Amino acid sequence: MLAFILRRALQSVGVMLAVGVISFAMFRFAGDPVNQMVALDTSEAQRAEIRASLGLNDPVPLQFARYFIDAAQFKFGVSYQFRQPVSMLLKERMPATLELATCATVLAMGFGILLGIYSALRRDSFLTKVLQAVSLIGISLPTFLIGILLIYLFSVILGWLPSFGRGEVVKFGWWSTGLLTVSGLKALIMPSITLGLFQMTLIMRLVRAEMLEVLRTDYIRFARARGLTTRAIHFGHALKNTLVPVITVAGLQFGSVIAFAIITETVFQWPGMGLLFVQAVQNVDIPIMAAYLLVVSLIFVTINLIVDILYTVVDPRLRATVGRAA
Amino acid sequence: MTDLPAPAPRQSLIARAIDSDIFYSFRRSKLTMVAAAIVAVLLLLALFAPLFVVQDPFDPRQLELINSRISPLWTADGQRPFLLGTDEQGRDIFSAILYGMRVSLAVGALGVAFAAVLGIGLGLIAGYVGGAVDTLIMRIADVQLTFPAILIALLIDGVVKSALGNHLDASTTLLVLVVAIGLSFWVQYARTVRGSVMVEKNRDYVAAAQLIGLPARVIMLRHVLPNTMGPILVIATINLALAIITEATLSFLGSGMPDAMPSLGTLIRIGNNYLFSGEWWVVAFPGIALASLILSINLLGDWLRDALNPKLR
Repeated sequence: MLAFILRRALQSVGVMLAVGVISFAMFRFAGDPVNQMVALDTSEAQRAEIRASLGLNDPVPLQFARYFIDAAQFKFGVSYQFRQPVSMLLKERMPATLELATCATVLAMGFGILLGIYSALRRDSFLTKVLQAVSLIGISLPTFLIGILLIYLFSVILGWLPSFGRGEVVKFGWWSTGLLTVSGLKALIMPSITLGLFQMTLIMRLVRAEMLEVLRTDYIRFARARGLTTRAIHFGHALKNTLVPVITVAGLQFGSVIAFAIITETVFQWPGMGLLFVQAVQNVDIPIMAAYLLVVSLIFVTINLIVDILYTVVDPRLRATVGRAA
Repeated sequence: MTDLPAPAPRQSLIARAIDSDIFYSFRRSKLTMVAAAIVAVLLLLALFAPLFVVQDPFDPRQLELINSRISPLWTADGQRPFLLGTDEQGRDIFSAILYGMRVSLAVGALGVAFAAVLGIGLGLIAGYVGGAVDTLIMRIADVQLTFPAILIALLIDGVVKSALGNHLDASTTLLVLVVAIGLSFWVQYARTVRGSVMVEKNRDYVAAAQLIGLPARVIMLRHVLPNTMGPILVIATINLALAIITEATLSFLGSGMPDAMPSLGTLIRIGNNYLFSGEWWVVAFPGIALASLILSINLLGDWLRDALNPKLR
């Protein structure tokens, strides 16, 4: 078990190293960092001075080591556009993205599980067919179209919800939250729905498939034979066994929710990391791009690691196969 | 004594296609037929766009400011010949959609083709050669699979543009997008092909081909590859929809096709700016075109997956 965790953790470190190399290569070789920092009338001598002060004349392995040590301490250099340390910008933007991603995941899980149970239990009802059709359309519509549609409905026509921004935020140290003000909550509704819709259809389909599978098993039949109420069978026995894979998938999906937040944040001008990244891509602000890649990879890799370890803790069968494979 | 059944008469290719199981399952599903019809109509409209448009929407000389902000034909202020209305610059929306769909389909199809060639090639090599090469290729695939394709495409797009300079002309941008999409979608092909190759490699026909001294390259391409094509076709169809979505998303985010040669995604980004001034048609119709294109391709992909899956017959 311990050996498995260690090997798995080493793998994650390997992935992070690989991402680090890519991110360094971007930082160093895509475009000339000096050209991005100076004005047109900067003299050659001044340029050479900046080049030296940035350490760009050192051997590449030394530069890589320096970049890596800095990155491990969350020092990502200075943004070309904002002339501020990238780590500060990311820190400022991170709460917005994490709040949005969490809300979207909670929404997706809540509604996804509910609708999934419903469509598994009432397989032939009209509403189930509607749900199936809507989920197919939900998967086919690109995220940004859903966002635009919502804005048109609720901001332009009805005027109920704000179409951009986070509303008023409350600060706790460096963390800013929009969850405590009315305007903040109102601003959160449409982006969360837009971001969570895809995960919701995914979870709904998963819960439905798992429920249908579980309802056919012998222990459910036995529970019926014992004369348990339908409610106890469905929610006490069937649902409980459905939830393990659902929670795994939702956990693994949290990373992609953060990545997909790029699109949602652009549609709603949500001041998070994703919007920062999109603007960085447009303005060729390599330090931000490289740092975003590193931070998001770290989140991804950590989540995958935790889910993998939890899985082996929860399910003894997996431990057995891992042992045999080794 | 029973007679042997008479050998079936040789049929022409078309007759055989009409007689096949796949065509039968196609005819039985009304939804698939509707989807196929929509895809066919959209493809034809895009392919022969110059025949259907009232103006070349991206030639500034053909635009008249006097025709700007006209609403669709069926509304009170509609004007001929602008079926779906015009935008701020007097550009006919219908014409813009047809030209935009051409770009979207071209980027999507080329991107999928690039991804398929890359993935199939690497998958064949990984599966057939095995060993360290296999480990290396599949490890890269594993790492890449951790990240969503859209993020990878966005990164590649950004890096290439910063390496080549930020002001590329439209056709170079198109190529950059094709490469970005290809590099983000190859993993699935590589994994599928590698899996099938590992199975096929131990079959007698491969041993026979090796015995008569055929080179590995010929065995891979001529003998193993054709036996792995079924699932590849299904992946390619579903990936076409994904590639079109990815391109549209990149263009919507502003790092895809430029305004001078817009795809559907670019048109939606431009139209989105007029949402609040009441000109809903500038964004609505490109959106509907994109959604129906993707939905129909997805439906075709779903059907193809079921039709080619022998377990579901």
